[in-house]
Amino acid sequence: MHAEFGNYLLVLAFIVSVSLSILPMYGSFTGNQFLTRTAKPLTVIFFVALLASFICLVYAFYIDDFTIRYVAQHSNSLLPNRYKFSAVWGAHEGSFLLWVLIMSGWMIAVALVGKNLPALSYSRILSVLGMIACGFISFLLFTSNPFERTLPFFPIDGSDLNPLLQDFGLIIHPPLLYMGYVGFAVSFAFAVTGLIEGEWTSTWARWTRPWTIAAWSCLTLGIMLGSWWAYYELGWGGWWFWDPSENASFLPWLSGTALMHSLAVTDKRNSFKGWTLALSLSTFSLSLLGTFLIRSGVLTSVHSFTNDPERGRFILMFLAIVVGSALLLFLTRSGRVKTKVDFNILSKDMFLLLNNVLFVSATFIVLFGTLYPLIAEVFGKKMSVGAPYFNAIFPIPMVILFALLGVGPLLNWKKHNLSKLKKPLLSIAVIAVALSLLSTWLMGDFYLWVLVGLSLSLWVAISSFYHLNLMTRYKKTLAGKLKSLTLTNIGMTSAHIGVVITLAGIVLTSFYSIEKDLRMAVGESKELAGYTFNMAEVKDLRKENYQATQVTFEVFQNGEKLFELKPEKRFYLAGRQIMTEADIDAGFTRDLYVALGESLDSTGKVWSVRIYVKSFMRWVWLGALFMGFGGFIAMFDKRYRKLRSKNASKIVAEA
Amino acid sequence: MMAMKPHRKKRLLAIVFGVLAVGAVVGLVLYASSQKMNLFVTPTEVQAGAAPTDRIIRIGGLVKEGSVVRSETSLRTDFIVTDRVAEISVTYDKIMPDLFREGQGVVAMGQLNEQGIFVANNILAKHDEEYKAPEVLDALERAGHPVDRSDKKAEGK
Repeated sequence: MHAEFGNYLLVLAFIVSVSLSILPMYGSFTGNQFLTRTAKPLTVIFFVALLASFICLVYAFYIDDFTIRYVAQHSNSLLPNRYKFSAVWGAHEGSFLLWVLIMSGWMIAVALVGKNLPALSYSRILSVLGMIACGFISFLLFTSNPFERTLPFFPIDGSDLNPLLQDFGLIIHPPLLYMGYVGFAVSFAFAVTGLIEGEWTSTWARWTRPWTIAAWSCLTLGIMLGSWWAYYELGWGGWWFWDPSENASFLPWLSGTALMHSLAVTDKRNSFKGWTLALSLSTFSLSLLGTFLIRSGVLTSVHSFTNDPERGRFILMFLAIVVGSALLLFLTRSGRVKTKVDFNILSKDMFLLLNNVLFVSATFIVLFGTLYPLIAEVFGKKMSVGAPYFNAIFPIPMVILFALLGVGPLLNWKKHNLSKLKKPLLSIAVIAVALSLLSTWLMGDFYLWVLVGLSLSLWVAISSFYHLNLMTRYKKTLAGKLKSLTLTNIGMTSAHIGVVITLAGIVLTSFYSIEKDLRMAVGESKELAGYTFNMAEVKDLRKENYQATQVTFEVFQNGEKLFELKPEKRFYLAGRQIMTEADIDAGFTRDLYVALGESLDSTGKVWSVRIYVKSFMRWVWLGALFMGFGGFIAMFDKRYRKLRSKNASKIVAEA
Repeated sequence: MMAMKPHRKKRLLAIVFGVLAVGAVVGLVLYASSQKMNLFVTPTEVQAGAAPTDRIIRIGGLVKEGSVVRSETSLRTDFIVTDRVAEISVTYDKIMPDLFREGQGVVAMGQLNEQGIFVANNILAKHDEEYKAPEVLDALERAGHPVDRSDKKAEGK
């Protein structure tokens, strides 16, 4: 029953999305008020239908309905309940249903929060979102229906969820990531509507800003969770591989970061309009490109979802339609949104322009590296692009970016007189470099990249606090100072400090981590970076849905026992899969990471073992938390609310 | 140039700057891509001497049955990768991925040494026993073995 019901609801959602794409848009151009006003109810129905459909699938997993192919392939009666829940989005079909559900979530949010947009634009924005949703849901219905039955010969038990996905990180990573990916559809829809109406003013930018920041923050946290998950779950101790699926999420992130900054200029200065529009369109296009790369299986990646060329073709076609029409619209209509360029080289405008140029360059570098294997294949060569390419050139635009980030926020719009800033900037630079030299000296070995990375981190961090102080210099008390800051300022500072915490973490962990693959027997001890790892015991475990061999390592420092680490090698019964479960002691300045390779002899007492001492690993993700939450703070700035109430009263007055 | 109005001059500056920036980025990308990309070669191509020895490449194929030799004292593993036409010896001294098996597909990254032995610094882990990397299928196909690519079991992992 629930499968059919879920399926009907998907069909209903499809019909609603078709209506939403056509009716309000048509109504808004023909002056048909009734049709124009269908936008909101249609959006609500769309959301409710998808939510109910999603609940049907969750229910199917809950009751182990193996007559549904998707459930049979990705669940098992032995699977713990919490993983039955996350198994709903553990593979292609279900995760795409979640994707569309999240899309509808953004749509209903726009429908509810954006009530005070001009009535016509409101309907058109929802209609554009409806078109995108229509593309997604036809993909779901026609190529990836999660409710397909296995009748009449259904299996007695399911073939289990991939053990890698039986994990807390995987419960929250996809939803957050998708909220980021799909969230950029909102700024896309705003830009398209602006282009259709031939108007893109600072007011439009102000409407778009909180949505973009929200999507960006979700994406930031989603990427962070993915990296953290890869680190502890894949058992290699790496946190970023420049894998196509990572790049797929990193591309819209880079482009989205440029967009956020460009939107700030359009909002405050009513300029950079073309840039902002182009970035809005390209950010969402990159989201779609990422979807294509991951879900078509054209690239070999750690989590290629599928090898079905039909799905690839469908997304590619959809991508072509979206990018093509967006580009066409941009080329024909963007001429109407002229900007007068009016600023000096030394101004906030200029620095934000450079920010945009650098982020776009970085996007291009990553895009090229990601797509190169596909291009090469067309010419009959099989190439792969790995970390060496990205590590060689990606840091270049980043170094310039961080150097500018220490100055940009301090400058005035339009033009700035440097004379007052020269002295403080010089002292900040001297302090930053001196402290970095001291830190590298304390760490022992000297590396130029560490010095550069730390200096830039401190440069930006100190300058950020200097900026806060400068903004609140007329308030005497700390409470008064804090009160006088806007949420935008707090969010921005948090994000900027976050990104340099991540930067510091990246350089420190890249250069000071010690990683060893060893052959160890029970009773043997190995020393690494001042820690002694003693392989104490090998034990067999039996759990709900897997068996495991657990090896206990005692960790000593200066002859004192600190704690035990217990990595496991698991064998999942239903899917007959082997899994490496690392054990990690996380710390502020270092992580101790132990993972098992394989048993090397018949006694089971000799193992290949991976022991890592990862310096400052947590900082990489801690910084991302600061960025993400900085975004969540900034999006609630009064600035965006004020606009709404003012606009609302205007509409009331007009009526 | 003397008569150039300030805003014209700014525009010119912007254009010059833009061209320089684009040039720099394209130049960097082209340089890095010529230096840092890893060519994929099959055992047959290695045997024919078509594989570069001065840089890191990727090879793929099947791990030959009965060819895996493990050291008694270290992590070193020697094995043979075959595309059923040619064979190539591979040596690796780190932890093998869980799904490394005789008779299964494998993709290795590394360099050929003077003795023609492939010194791997990374063996790619595949998360699914049913899943064969496109490279492996390709190597087999190029060596003249038709491969059934419609392996639907690879889905969704």
